[in-house]
Amino acid sequence: MVTDVGVREISYIQAFNEALTDEMRRDPTVMVMGEDVAGAGGREGFEDAWGGVMRLTKGLYPEFGPSRVRDTPISEAGFIGAGVGAAATGLRPVVELMYVGFYGVCADQITNNAAKMHYMFGGKVKIPLTIFAGTGAGTNSAAQHSETLYSLFVHFPGLKCVAPSDPYTAKGLLIASIRDDDPVIVFNNRQLMGLRPEGHVPEESYEIPIGEARIVREGSDVTLIGVGYTTHVCRQAAADLEAEGYSAEVLDLLSLSPMDEDAIVSSVQKTRKVVIVDEDYPRCSMAGDISALVAEQAFDYLDAPPRRVTPPHTSVPYSRPLEALYVPNKDDVVAAAHEVME
Amino acid sequence: MSATKLDDKTLLWMYRTMLTIRRFEEQARREADAGKLRGMHSAVGQEAVPTGVCVHLRDGDYIFGTHRSHHHCIAKGLDIKLMMAELLGKATGTNKGKGGTMHIADIEKGMLGANGIVGSNIPVATGAALRAQVQGTDLVSVVFFGDGAANQGVLHESMNLAGIWKLPIIFVCENNRYAQSTPFEYAVAGESVADRAAGYDMPGIAVNGMSVLDVYEVAGEAVRRARAGDGPTLIEAMTYRYMGHFGADNPLMYRTEDEEDEFKARDCNRQLKGYLMENAIATEAELDAMDEEVLEEVAEATRFANDSPFPDPSELTTDVYVSYR
Ligand SMILES: Cc1ncc(C[n+]2csc(CCOP(=O)(O)OP(=O)(O)O)c2C)c(N)n1
Repeated sequence: MVTDVGVREISYIQAFNEALTDEMRRDPTVMVMGEDVAGAGGREGFEDAWGGVMRLTKGLYPEFGPSRVRDTPISEAGFIGAGVGAAATGLRPVVELMYVGFYGVCADQITNNAAKMHYMFGGKVKIPLTIFAGTGAGTNSAAQHSETLYSLFVHFPGLKCVAPSDPYTAKGLLIASIRDDDPVIVFNNRQLMGLRPEGHVPEESYEIPIGEARIVREGSDVTLIGVGYTTHVCRQAAADLEAEGYSAEVLDLLSLSPMDEDAIVSSVQKTRKVVIVDEDYPRCSMAGDISALVAEQAFDYLDAPPRRVTPPHTSVPYSRPLEALYVPNKDDVVAAAHEVME
Repeated sequence: MSATKLDDKTLLWMYRTMLTIRRFEEQARREADAGKLRGMHSAVGQEAVPTGVCVHLRDGDYIFGTHRSHHHCIAKGLDIKLMMAELLGKATGTNKGKGGTMHIADIEKGMLGANGIVGSNIPVATGAALRAQVQGTDLVSVVFFGDGAANQGVLHESMNLAGIWKLPIIFVCENNRYAQSTPFEYAVAGESVADRAAGYDMPGIAVNGMSVLDVYEVAGEAVRRARAGDGPTLIEAMTYRYMGHFGADNPLMYRTEDEEDEFKARDCNRQLKGYLMENAIATEAELDAMDEEVLEEVAEATRFANDSPFPDPSELTTDVYVSYR
């Protein structure tokens, strides 16, 4: 395979790691906490043994040391809450919540403190905290380790939420999240983190503004809206549709809260049909939210009702054949696109 | 070694149970390496802990496990055929293939589920003890958790509840020295889990978890107390996980081979075998024959699992609710 001159392809994990490293170099108030983010608890001769369960924080401990890079005990309520307090008093903590399903252990700290302190205290306190969490099914990990849970966080006023969809957006969104003065949740899909590097990632630092969606593929017949991993699925579906002679536009949501309503509405106004693809549980979800937005603001333009492609209303199964039915795939998206284009 | 008089039958049951755990885990690892499950948390090295505890339990007593729970299940008498089928995600598995390696459950056998959220099983186990007390039974509840889980807030809330209500529960911390790559002496302030019991008005006992006879003794007293209405006990069993945390984890990234060798030299299965031979309870030939039988049982379970069908696609949306309309 020939790579274009000037194209720098790195993996999602490398891109995320690079953003974190850059920000720690630039700003001494940035610190990192989480389980095994260095590994081995700093044991001599074994420093940086893990660099995080997904290796997102590899190399930080040797460069920045034990004060700014901390392995934590398995005490999510404790260390996420400590992240809130440290943020309120002058640091910019970046804290790993390994898998998003573990939110339950520390939900109080996220939703009652991080989300509300700025508001309750009359805007006098800022919580520049970044929490990143692994999401998604498809890894044979069963119901507690495969959730997505976007809408749970988006629901809370005061929390910002972003879902990168590739290495480029992983880097730019993480940098923007760390620099943001509000608490931001960054959702890292596990399947995306395992994909082969694709697309250019600039070496220099850059921000992708929180609150802006992007069109990753222009089209005129139907809008496919993806969130994180499902953007990848939408791209595959769009390629299939193109082979059939349809022109699909793919909108990559990127930012879940705030959400780029204008980008959604104007794409739908152009294509007049929309398929929203979301890996989260279907009830009270991003897909439902976007569908309502389209119904309210682009109703007169629609040739067909908005169509959602989601898993069924069930927990994530362990057994692989069942799990394969659970996660939306490109065939589901192509079928839904046919439905709305008919 | 042990002051309690143990009959031969019980000793041989314990040995067979520990062999079954070891052989099951070895085979499960092979199935994982063959790609039939993504990976699993192996309990090789920790056989003595649930064996020395569960030998005191009845079917009606409940145990609660963790992400690393195959050994708990086997010690509580679960059918390894159904367990292996569950690992492979088959319809014949303990959980119909829906839960997998981290969530094996068998209510009839008193295994109320392995839990993938660290610490999350502890208050639920406390609830089972509450039920035993409210209904005036002499049943007990046992919760297994790791040294890592000892740092979750719910352990402290649950121990306090059990302490104030004198619930019939045994908190069993399997201190295998690591939570993923994190050494317990880094993560546990004061370096003792057992000492924390003092704050919750219950005995806290550290025991050599590489010796099933030692675990047997300490757990026997804890179960007796619980059944008699004398309240909870915290046991910290000092043990060791031989394999990596999960799947492909290489433990030499965070610990030395010397340390591993030190613990493997005190292997719980080998120790018990030596004890049985020294005390003329069984000959080496008899014990090796038992191992052969166990290997055949594990092979049979593996055949059963591999030959079983996957769940029907309709199972994707069943069991979400008892009823829903
Ligand atoms: C609430 C929660 N946090 C983190 C994890 C990820 N995790 C799974 S096992 C594990 C280590 C557990 O260590 P320990 O309790 O000592 O049990 P062991 O693995 O040694 O059996 C971690 C951090 C999890 N499953 N749940």
